[in-house]
Amino acid sequence: MEMPALGGRCDNRYVEISADSLGDVLEVRVDATPIFSDESQKMTLEAFADTIVPGVKRFPDDRAIAGVVDDPGAVAAGALDLLVDPATGVAAGLAPLSDMLNAHAGAYAERTGLTLEDDVPAFVALPYEHRAELISELTAPGNPERDGWIVLVMFSNMAYDIVPHRPTEDVLAEGVPSLLTLGYAKPDSDGLWRFPDFGYNRELAKRHPNTTESGSPE
Amino acid sequence: MTTESTDVLIIGSGFGGSIAAYHLAAGGAKVTVLERGPWLSAKDFDHDYLLGSSYTRAFDFVAGDGMSLLGGNCVGGGSVVYFAALPRAPGFVFDRQGSIGRRVWPAAISREALNPWYDRVSEVLPVTQQDWGDITYSGGLWAAACNHSGHTANPVPVGVDASRCTNCNWMMAGCRFDAKQSLLLNYLPAALQHGAEIRPLHEVQKISHAGDGRYRVHYNTLDDVDYRVATGSGEIDAKIVIVAAGAGATPPILQRSEETLGTMPHAVGRYFSGNGERLNNAVINEERAAELLGIRRPNGKAYEAYQIGKGPVVACWDFLDAGLPEYDRFSMEQLFFPPGLGTILTQVQDATGPSWFGREKKELLRRWKSWLTIFLMTEDDNEGVFGAPPPTGNSFRISQQMLGRGPLRYDPTPNTLRGWAQADAKVKEILEKDGLATVMPWTNDVVGAYTVHPLSSCRIGDDPATSALDDRHELRGHPGIFVTDGSAVPTALTVNPALTIAALAERAIPGIVAAARDRGVDVTYGAPLPKAVTNSVARPAA
Ligand SMILES: Cc1cc2nc3c(=O)[nH]c(=O)nc-3n(C[C@H](O)[C@H](O)[C@H](O)COP(=O)(O)OP(=O)(O)OC[C@H]3O[C@@H](n4cnc5c(N)ncnc54)[C@H](O)[C@@H]3O)c2cc1C
Repeated sequence: MEMPALGGRCDNRYVEISADSLGDVLEVRVDATPIFSDESQKMTLEAFADTIVPGVKRFPDDRAIAGVVDDPGAVAAGALDLLVDPATGVAAGLAPLSDMLNAHAGAYAERTGLTLEDDVPAFVALPYEHRAELISELTAPGNPERDGWIVLVMFSNMAYDIVPHRPTEDVLAEGVPSLLTLGYAKPDSDGLWRFPDFGYNRELAKRHPNTTESGSPE
Repeated sequence: MTTESTDVLIIGSGFGGSIAAYHLAAGGAKVTVLERGPWLSAKDFDHDYLLGSSYTRAFDFVAGDGMSLLGGNCVGGGSVVYFAALPRAPGFVFDRQGSIGRRVWPAAISREALNPWYDRVSEVLPVTQQDWGDITYSGGLWAAACNHSGHTANPVPVGVDASRCTNCNWMMAGCRFDAKQSLLLNYLPAALQHGAEIRPLHEVQKISHAGDGRYRVHYNTLDDVDYRVATGSGEIDAKIVIVAAGAGATPPILQRSEETLGTMPHAVGRYFSGNGERLNNAVINEERAAELLGIRRPNGKAYEAYQIGKGPVVACWDFLDAGLPEYDRFSMEQLFFPPGLGTILTQVQDATGPSWFGREKKELLRRWKSWLTIFLMTEDDNEGVFGAPPPTGNSFRISQQMLGRGPLRYDPTPNTLRGWAQADAKVKEILEKDGLATVMPWTNDVVGAYTVHPLSSCRIGDDPATSALDDRHELRGHPGIFVTDGSAVPTALTVNPALTIAALAERAIPGIVAAARDRGVDVTYGAPLPKAVTNSVARPAA
């Protein structure tokens, strides 16, 4: 079996993040800090999350956010908070993934003839369409590193779609984007969902003629 | 380390495990069930996407190569997180030849032969038939769309008590209202009453010989928040071992045991089926739905009701036709997947950029209330193969809960791909007719295909070359070890599998009781069927 890019094996509360296919094996404590050695690593992952679910720039010279839409996206929903949440188990892989992403972005720019400004990390310097193209390449079936990138994609997506690092009731009450953008209904006052009005209450098709007495197909 | 002992040791507390636990305990055997997940009941089932709520505590998501598996991880197994659609498998399924060119199922099993066992499980859970008045907006919309295309559509038999159901659609996190008939309401409380012991957070790693024909089962105990952390370990000797860890978790246990037990049958960890599963997502044109189907809610909307309901309630069975060739038969069932698991893989139709992430995908999410998900169950080719087992459990766990990377490789054959394509085309034809909706299948490029119905990875059969178990569910070459979970089901079923898994488990019990008696266990078969209770059984106080 291929080694997973980010796998957990635990002894004595130590987690070994096996990142063989990414060329890295790290031994870290579960609660190891700091996760990033510099801000640019964090900025790079913000740019990654923003490529998955794009958002509006948080401030005028926000470089991480490409600003291709005019409402909040994954970063505003807390993608970085989710990635560093111990529950996801990926924190230890973030700094190396960030560095690798920038290396890939540099190579991508060279291969496609793009000139990148060098005051920000290479991935951040890529225009949105190129960020998306690079992520498509990295996550494509057959890419030997795809496991690590897929995990980043999944959590970036989830950060926006369900904000799983925050209680859902709070997320809805505070008007965090995402679930509300989806049109997700709010719960009853006890925090539980109930839909008394749930159906058209009429026959809308004929049953299959061979349905058996148990209600199953023949 | 002290080694404990019991008569019957059961690995896993889903359908295969619970049914065996009840009958053997009720028959007088000392039964111990080891379950890797926590023991949760109604009050623990949260309506919350927060990591660490029941949604992740009770769930297992294992990404493989070409196929990702979803399953239960708690006492009650998949029954706690399932959607409770409980049809019987159509008769033609039992005559399938699949990839081996002759009947795959044991000669002793047909739909007719299985009906009495289906009846028993249906009485216990119980399974109920729905009226149109029970059908949710999404189910109704699917029925109306089928009808508009000249197709039939059936309310699906379910294990849901409609009088308690709030249509909250949180059933994947466990049912807070005990409306869903999980095993916590029937077989498990009855097994406990007869003295069965259930130990949560006990993950079995392997089986070895204990002498005198007995087996030794080795387990780790797991931290109740961080499942990556083992808090201890132990062993229990038993005269009979029943492996029921689910089709994604049974093979690694047996593969890991090969070193101590000796060679496993060739079919252990092979012939895996994803039940031919495939998901399609439609975005309904609300105006067209009102015009074409004449549907209207009291609030004036035609639909906008994706969030409302209780999972799958209506299916089209027009292509479950024994007259059609193998691989051309499939069912199409309406379904709900919550955001997160249910949004990531949906694709944008005619995307100019990436189809499953990015700007256009975000726009698609804005229409979420008008989504309709259609679940296809086709005939695959049993092409899944498990690689070497991970060091523990069934995956390298990545997150504290839920997410792991597993050894399954699934490379769909042309038969499977053709089946998926045909079923996709049919859904598209029905839902895009007259501009009712736009439809796209979920992408398989991210985590491969996606199945909530893992099957066949340790299957029954008459042919030792292509089946790991005989038709009594005994592991070939290892007398006294039985497998009663979804891994025993030989092929994809074209419908939801839980009732068939359960019926096969019921059918296997008399043989297991006989084997236990042969091994000196004082146990009889024939206890009355359990009576369902109204409150899910909680963990007894220590
Ligand atoms: C979201 C979802 C919806 C579903 N909806 C439906 C539906 O509507 N209709 C239907 O028919 N089917 C449905 N299913 C499928 C159904 O739940 C399964 O087919 C069924 O539960 C399988 O039964 P089983 O006995 O094979 O295993 P499971 O029910 O999966 O039980 C296996 C148990 O073993 C435990 N286990 C695993 N490894 C170990 C170990 N090493 N040691 C100890 N314990 C272990 C697991 O935690 C689990 O509790 C659904 C599944 C999911 C995930």
